[in-house]
Amino acid sequence: MLERFFQNVLVALPKGLYTTLKHSWRKPVTVQYPEEKLTLPARARWRHYLRRWDNGLERCIGCALCAAACPADAIYVEAGENTEGARFSPGERYGKVYEINMIRCIFCGFCQEACPTEAIVLGKVYEFVSYGRDGFIYTKDMLLEPPPDDSRRGQG
Amino acid sequence: MAETLAIIFVKCGAILVGLLTGFAYMTWVERKVVARIQVRYGPNRVGPFGLMQPVADGLKLLFKEDIMPAQADRLTYILAPAISLIAALMAFAVITIGPAVNLFGREVTLNLADVNVGVLYVLAMASMGVYGIILGGWSTNNKYSFLGGLRSAAQVISYELSLGLSLVGVLLLTGSLRPLDIVQAQGGYWLGFIPRWFIFLQPVGAALFMICAVADVNRAPFDLPEADTELVAGYHTDYSSIKFALFFMAEYINMITMSALTVTLFFGGWQGPLLPPALWFSLKVLVFLFCFVWLRATLPRLRYDRLMGLGWKVLLPLALANVFVTALAVVLKEMYF
Repeated sequence: MLERFFQNVLVALPKGLYTTLKHSWRKPVTVQYPEEKLTLPARARWRHYLRRWDNGLERCIGCALCAAACPADAIYVEAGENTEGARFSPGERYGKVYEINMIRCIFCGFCQEACPTEAIVLGKVYEFVSYGRDGFIYTKDMLLEPPPDDSRRGQG
Repeated sequence: MAETLAIIFVKCGAILVGLLTGFAYMTWVERKVVARIQVRYGPNRVGPFGLMQPVADGLKLLFKEDIMPAQADRLTYILAPAISLIAALMAFAVITIGPAVNLFGREVTLNLADVNVGVLYVLAMASMGVYGIILGGWSTNNKYSFLGGLRSAAQVISYELSLGLSLVGVLLLTGSLRPLDIVQAQGGYWLGFIPRWFIFLQPVGAALFMICAVADVNRAPFDLPEADTELVAGYHTDYSSIKFALFFMAEYINMITMSALTVTLFFGGWQGPLLPPALWFSLKVLVFLFCFVWLRATLPRLRYDRLMGLGWKVLLPLALANVFVTALAVVLKEMYF
């Protein structure tokens, strides 16, 4: 017992103390979040957005295949008829109501795989913040990307 | 008379403010050092370098809801943290941080009480603090707290013995229990450059003292009373708000006192070249406080039976052997030189 005590105190202890001291000289690995951000992988899937065709018309045709594919039941789509007076998408119908519940969403990307017109796409914005549950229901006007001539374009 | 009283009050105030600030910034130092050892930054959000973190923590603890378990023994429950803190604060009364100074034509000693059994008094107060821990553990009526308190009692009994014996060597060399005398006995140099500190005459005693001091203030690797992994938080599991803060303060203030005692007994107290004595003393104390944190960041907690084995089968025989050898040397020196 006494022998092991001396071995511990005279050999093992200084060795351990030196190891920890050595580590304290290394640069911390912490990412200082609000100021520093990690670069996301190329195929990261985060906040959704609804795309437009190059002529500015919406891609979404209100087929609700995304809602059907969604395993978390987070998407709600209501279709509307395009008329000559109010045309939103090239075909007959367009997505009149389009809501995603970001608390339910699991960011699996099945919706973008199911979409026949590649209207719904998962982007790289990952900061979802709100003071209440209501704030996590993302409506169509929040999801839809701005028209091509808009200066806000390409920020999604 | 009035003047003497005034001096005592000023000293009390200084010790109180000094120790509480010391405690507050010790928590900052600990978090910072442990963080750097774990390759993190530690607190850096509140104020520059996170220096206002202790203030934020203190305010948070003050304003938190004070919860008391329904089954708790009310009086003891409230008294326990106070006992811990009072004992911790009182222990510092005899710590001498410098030689007597002349202030406004009066001789003022740099301690609250110049007790001629000072070292014994510190040890007594350190043991008093354990009552707070045991009562705290018992009064909450919680099995984890109770186990923590019992462990603390067993641990203190095992280590207090070796702690007391380890400094007998120093006492034999100086023939006094007064901190002032002990420090003055370490004045001067050997061969002109090695300070006559007792660490060089009593290396085994110093090592034993430091090990036992860590055990005595319940710090890692001897923090069995609050072993988080098995006892939630040990004796203070059911304490919240400011009552928890009192236990917390007591632990850190005990650390400061033990560091101060180590410096007094083995490292020449306030003595050193160039800098003023009080500053030397503080610097030396800081070194040992750093060691407490360093040890905590390095060593895993001992298993309970190992802790007991170490105390009774290793430290106690070594301390006794040290006393025997020192006594023999002192007697032989008196006989032949």
